[in-house]
Amino acid sequence: MEGLIHAARSALRLIFSGDATLGGIVLLSLGVSLSAVLVATLVGLPLGAAIGVGRFPGRRAVVVLLNALMGLPPVVVGLFVYLMLSRAGPLGSLGILFTPTAMVIAQTILILPIIAALCRQAVEDAWTEYEEQLRSLGATGVSAALTLVWEIRFSLLTAVLAGLGRASAEVGAVMIVGGNIDGVTRVMTTTIALETSKGDLPLALALGLVLILLVIALNAAAAYVKDAAQRRYG
Amino acid sequence: MILPLKLEDVFFVAGGRVIIERISAEISAGPSTIILGANGAGKSVLMRLMHGLLAPASGKIVWRSNDTARLQAMVFQRPVLLRRSALANVTYALKLARVPHAERERLALEALESVGLAAFARRPARVLSGGEQQRLALARAWALHPEVLFLDEPTASLDPTASREIERVIQAFDAAGTKIIMATHNLGQARRLGDEVLFLHQGRLVERAPVEQFFSRPASPEAAAFIKGELPWV
Repeated sequence: MEGLIHAARSALRLIFSGDATLGGIVLLSLGVSLSAVLVATLVGLPLGAAIGVGRFPGRRAVVVLLNALMGLPPVVVGLFVYLMLSRAGPLGSLGILFTPTAMVIAQTILILPIIAALCRQAVEDAWTEYEEQLRSLGATGVSAALTLVWEIRFSLLTAVLAGLGRASAEVGAVMIVGGNIDGVTRVMTTTIALETSKGDLPLALALGLVLILLVIALNAAAAYVKDAAQRRYG
Repeated sequence: MILPLKLEDVFFVAGGRVIIERISAEISAGPSTIILGANGAGKSVLMRLMHGLLAPASGKIVWRSNDTARLQAMVFQRPVLLRRSALANVTYALKLARVPHAERERLALEALESVGLAAFARRPARVLSGGEQQRLALARAWALHPEVLFLDEPTASLDPTASREIERVIQAFDAAGTKIIMATHNLGQARRLGDEVLFLHQGRLVERAPVEQFFSRPASPEAAAFIKGELPWV
């Protein structure tokens, strides 16, 4: 118990003293995960909207597959990206294995299905409500899809946030493709895993606290925005 | 002129059930047409077939002119409004109708004025009351200056005061020369707003008559029972 209290004290001291190592790790984590969210959002929202509004053969299978991919195990994604980027792999010549770029790629693959699937569901629900009215007014295809996406913009924030939560919390994929290299590819989750097994609890605990606080703060902000929008726009 | 509208042996089937059974009719400009019938008689489906939201299983629905899209509008039982201001809801419809940008706001404000919502132009549409939302839906149709206006039980979910306001706006449409085609199961409303009645029973067009004649001397037993408030299938 005393060890734990001691570790917690040291962890708080690390956080409030503005420790450079800790700061670097947090910044790299945010950089990697936010980049992945940005790419996955740019691809995932249009993809989800298209599947939500579109009618094409095999659509049901695509929806089932997309939903299944939401549960992709991070280590498997890590392994797949590793195989692609390793020297012998098809993209080995890029030489980006064990760089933050590789980590962004892995996390993008991991969260793209989450953002696309949640967007697909939201757009489809909205389409049920709006379809007749929009068709009556003469909105079809891309124009209708854009109107819908704008209508549910605050719900889509939740989808994007779910992606960010998943990206910043996963450890398996970034561990494999990043290699957990000190000062280069070491992020919050991989550091926690490493330091815990090394027995350096203060740093692990400090990072754990920062990670949890970040996730809570993001979700609180999103909930606030959504509530405010609900009151403002109905 | 897009009227008259001709229906020839129109059938509509959903889920193996015949919803509309061999309906032939010619709807001409002028008299307000009320589509009357019990719940499930096929009123809403018939209106959607005429408006083009549904395609008939067999039979033909022919307007006098082919380019009808912008010349007909529809107001639904539950108005579907976009999460933006009342004014923006109307300008959105004008934009889809390819009205030049410079004219949209003026036309939209005029339309809001005509339904008594000018003061609410900047309010978010979705936080208006039920009656106000329905009047906004009417303003959205008004701005398009349609030749034909379909109304699907526009007052079914409104209180008497709100219903009266809606009826007043519908009469203004009529006075401005718009052809009214309205589905309702409200007999008083049919008398107040209609010139002729199409009476549907179990998907068939059972009777067509001027309003006064329909209510004083119904020709079919189904219509007589409906007017008396009896349930003909019991």
